[in-house]
Amino acid sequence: MRGFLLLLVALLAQPVAAQDSLPPAPYAYKQLDDPAKEKSAQDLMMTLRCLTCQSQSIADSDAAMAGDMRHQVRSRIEAGEDPEAIRSWLIERYGDWVSYQPQVTAMTWPLFAAPVILLLFAAFIVRKRFGRAKPTGEKS
Amino acid sequence: MNRWPRLPIPSPSEAARPWHEARPIMKHWAIWLPLAVFGVLFALFATGLIAPGDRTIVSQMIGKPLPAFDLPQAVPDRPAVTRANFTDGKPKLLNVFASWCVPCVAEAPYLQQLADVGVEINGVAIRDRGPDVQAFLARNGNPYARIGSDDVSKIQFDLGSSGVPETFVIDGKGMITYQHIGDIRAEHVPVILEKLKEAQ
Repeated sequence: MRGFLLLLVALLAQPVAAQDSLPPAPYAYKQLDDPAKEKSAQDLMMTLRCLTCQSQSIADSDAAMAGDMRHQVRSRIEAGEDPEAIRSWLIERYGDWVSYQPQVTAMTWPLFAAPVILLLFAAFIVRKRFGRAKPTGEKS
Repeated sequence: MNRWPRLPIPSPSEAARPWHEARPIMKHWAIWLPLAVFGVLFALFATGLIAPGDRTIVSQMIGKPLPAFDLPQAVPDRPAVTRANFTDGKPKLLNVFASWCVPCVAEAPYLQQLADVGVEINGVAIRDRGPDVQAFLARNGNPYARIGSDDVSKIQFDLGSSGVPETFVIDGKGMITYQHIGDIRAEHVPVILEKLKEAQ
């Protein structure tokens, strides 16, 4: 009986603990009917950053605001908008920060150039070493 | 059959030499390299720990026109808000709030102070119900000229706002000129009045 009462209290307490009393936006947790559209919405949502839980994508976050962002993404894709247009719409408002997909800009190009430079450097070192090992190998 | 590339195994004569002569590329100074890398990483992590980066998200919409919106009325005794309400030549405040938001309670008296000196404040209640908003206003005062209701936070995405409360200064032509993130406290009231004057 006591356990049941505790359970009842816990169930009653749930809506009080919630941040707001409104149900989530229509498309916050509901998938689009068209699987192809849902797929492109999902792909986009995985690469958009949640504004509340700043290390999660909006696809992963349960924050109310992430739900509202998912609703925006899904209803815009349902309306036929291009995913990259939705991304630029958000970047225009929140900066590059909101997107997990890095763009090549004057500030970020070293990130893209560094691996290429390191690979070339590695190739150079490997060539030098193997080139040196060869004469010893031929001798034996 | 030597199909695999040979690893550079040192020849007996090479192995007999001291290590620092065996690999001419490995100079004396190079032994300090790992320590230097450690030092750089240590400094990097230490600064990150001592002074963590600022996590507030500043709107990129400042200096840009307020996007079009048309929100329904939130409470019976205040009219609804649309973009047209911000283009009559008088600078105004656009305040996003919610009855479920605790800092909004804290900023209510300072919004009232601003309203008392003649500032027109248009509010938008985010993800809220009419009766809840009414109860909130009855308890904390009602400084708003108009209140719109937004159930899906759309106005926040329009404004580049990432939470409640936030307050925007809109000049008389519908341009966003200033964003205040978080609750307005006593020290922010003169700043906002100054920004309203600048927007004139």
